[in-house]
Amino acid sequence: MSLLGAFDVSGSALSAQSIRLNVTASNLANAETVSSNRETTYRARHPIFSTAMGMFQDDPAVAGVKVKGIVESQAELRMRYEPEHPQSNEDGYIFLPNVNPIEEMANMISASRSYEYNVEAMNTTKQLMLATLRLGQ
Amino acid sequence: MRFNLDKAMGIHETALYVRAKRSSVLSSNLANSDTPNYKARDIDFKEVLHNAAGMQTTGSLKTTNGKHIQPGGYDAKSAELLYRHPLQPSVDDNTVDAQMEKAKFAENAMQYQTSLNFLTGKIKGLTKALKGE
Repeated sequence: MSLLGAFDVSGSALSAQSIRLNVTASNLANAETVSSNRETTYRARHPIFSTAMGMFQDDPAVAGVKVKGIVESQAELRMRYEPEHPQSNEDGYIFLPNVNPIEEMANMISASRSYEYNVEAMNTTKQLMLATLRLGQ
Repeated sequence: MRFNLDKAMGIHETALYVRAKRSSVLSSNLANSDTPNYKARDIDFKEVLHNAAGMQTTGSLKTTNGKHIQPGGYDAKSAELLYRHPLQPSVDDNTVDAQMEKAKFAENAMQYQTSLNFLTGKIKGLTKALKGE
């Protein structure tokens, strides 16, 4: 039954988008996490989506999404001169993450919209399946 | 006159299969709206239905064993998947237009329900004839 495939596909999208939302939340939460050196500073994370062909059924029409991995942004970290800060290094600098809050907010809105219309697609599929079960009544 | 249930249901049974298939394809598009390099796909409903309807009347296999099963009709996997023409290019090479796909998905869902209604009508008619009330 083809409609069951649609369920799996929408489900994989929900899972991928919720990972994206989680990553965005952790980026925003850590946007001001201070560190005293480059290595231990938090870096913005981003999930990489890829199409999962044949993940559910051996059918090219049923293509889900999977998160291939999570990469850390290689953008330059923010440095601030604050000698009084308890975590400042010997030169008096503190390191702040390379999280761009505006970019993260845009990402969050995009993820929640995608999540929404995948839920909608799932609901429609459910209604169609229920209608099919009631066939002839 | 022999009664054939498949024939009584007409094209609507096959149409339902093709609609279900298209619903999978369109939900794949929606699911992959943020996947880089994904190309939106669709099926040509008219073409696939035409082929599927032809298969139902001509599809018969040579059997060498009593347990072999004749094809019951349309195989949803055989539908040809086409690529959609993007309205405008995107930086990540994704050709999904989420709004358009949503519209198509809703349209397809409605047509699926229409096919269901037609089938319900046929079944009701048959039940009425069988009861003879």
